[in-house]
Amino acid sequence: MAAKPVLYYFNGRGKMESIRWLLAAAGVEFEEVFLETREQYEKLLKSGVLMFQQVPMVEIDGMKMVQTRAILNYIAAKYNLYGKDLKERALIDMYVGGTEDLMGFLLIYPFLSAEDQVKQRAFVVQKATSRYFPVYEKVLKDHGQDFLVGNCLSWADIHLLEAILMVEEKKSDALSGFPLLQVTYINNIF
Amino acid sequence: MSGKPRLTYINGRGRMETIRWLLSAAGVEFEEVFLQSREQLLKLVKVLCGYHSDSPSPCYCKPPHANSRQSFGSLRIDMYVEGVSDLMQLILMFPFTPPEAKEKNLASIAEKATGRYFPVFEKVLKQHGQDFLVGNRFSWADVALLEAILAVEEKVPSVLSGFPQLQAFKTKMSNMPTIKKFLQPGSPRKPPPDERYVATVMEIFKLD
Repeated sequence: MAAKPVLYYFNGRGKMESIRWLLAAAGVEFEEVFLETREQYEKLLKSGVLMFQQVPMVEIDGMKMVQTRAILNYIAAKYNLYGKDLKERALIDMYVGGTEDLMGFLLIYPFLSAEDQVKQRAFVVQKATSRYFPVYEKVLKDHGQDFLVGNCLSWADIHLLEAILMVEEKKSDALSGFPLLQVTYINNIF
Repeated sequence: MSGKPRLTYINGRGRMETIRWLLSAAGVEFEEVFLQSREQLLKLVKVLCGYHSDSPSPCYCKPPHANSRQSFGSLRIDMYVEGVSDLMQLILMFPFTPPEAKEKNLASIAEKATGRYFPVFEKVLKQHGQDFLVGNRFSWADVALLEAILAVEEKVPSVLSGFPQLQAFKTKMSNMPTIKKFLQPGSPRKPPPDERYVATVMEIFKLD
């Protein structure tokens, strides 16, 4: 029986969170090793398991994988969340690219001063409601299906749900004005 | 009607250059539309917002626990490409850094290239002794690495000293027919970003 994947990261969201989401959505149980001290990190570095000296790192299927996107691509493909052909994969990649950019604005949030956090929060909500959410709302409206791509649950849906919840944490009514996103992702999940 | 891919971007490297490299390496001819003014961009945005996918035929959802055969090759390619892309990100941002930060930035690029990224690929090539990074065949990873090597060399000419495998790699890749063609004058390859490029980007995307 295959060993569970092991995730190496800080005990927090950061770049690993999307990987946790995807594994969870695929029903894959995993273990986690949390980096808590500098010594731990240096030990990991010395052991040579961090290809570019960075985390996230995921031990999966006998490989020590690094680079968030590479890990996500692999998991999505392995668990049939990457569409049924190249064109669907391209759509998923485009949509995920968008939500990745959106969530990227929030990666630095915890490291900002309180004053800058207020500005960043407004910035993220503005980008979400004017650039990103309208796109996904329109995709759902145009094809009338329950999922973004191929009438089938894919990585794109999981990533979008993660993004929606993150933005809602900054502004609880961020989805007002996006009825399809509300129904598809919030009402149906909770 | 031409079936060629059509690239819409600014007349310069930026984020499109990697795509030009990949298409050219694959021997795919393409057309280019250059954004020259903010008005052009805004017009394009209006058009693009009307974009939607073709309605897909229903897919037969496989249960989420089904394992499809995985290609470790493509996994490796992704890891290498993403790593190189992180390095290229520094190069991408460089023209837009203020003059007083440029020297420090340049040192950072050199340090990241020689301390973090190039050693990885040097080791990969040394260990398997093959010409290509993955699976003993030409792949996106090779194209991406060559692009990065050349881009860093433009800023730090001696950056490959200390990386004999990468020097050989650079020569071999540059001589692959499609790449050789791309490296010649008159190809779609764009020159290094200059002041005019920076000014165009700032104006079109209203960056301050």
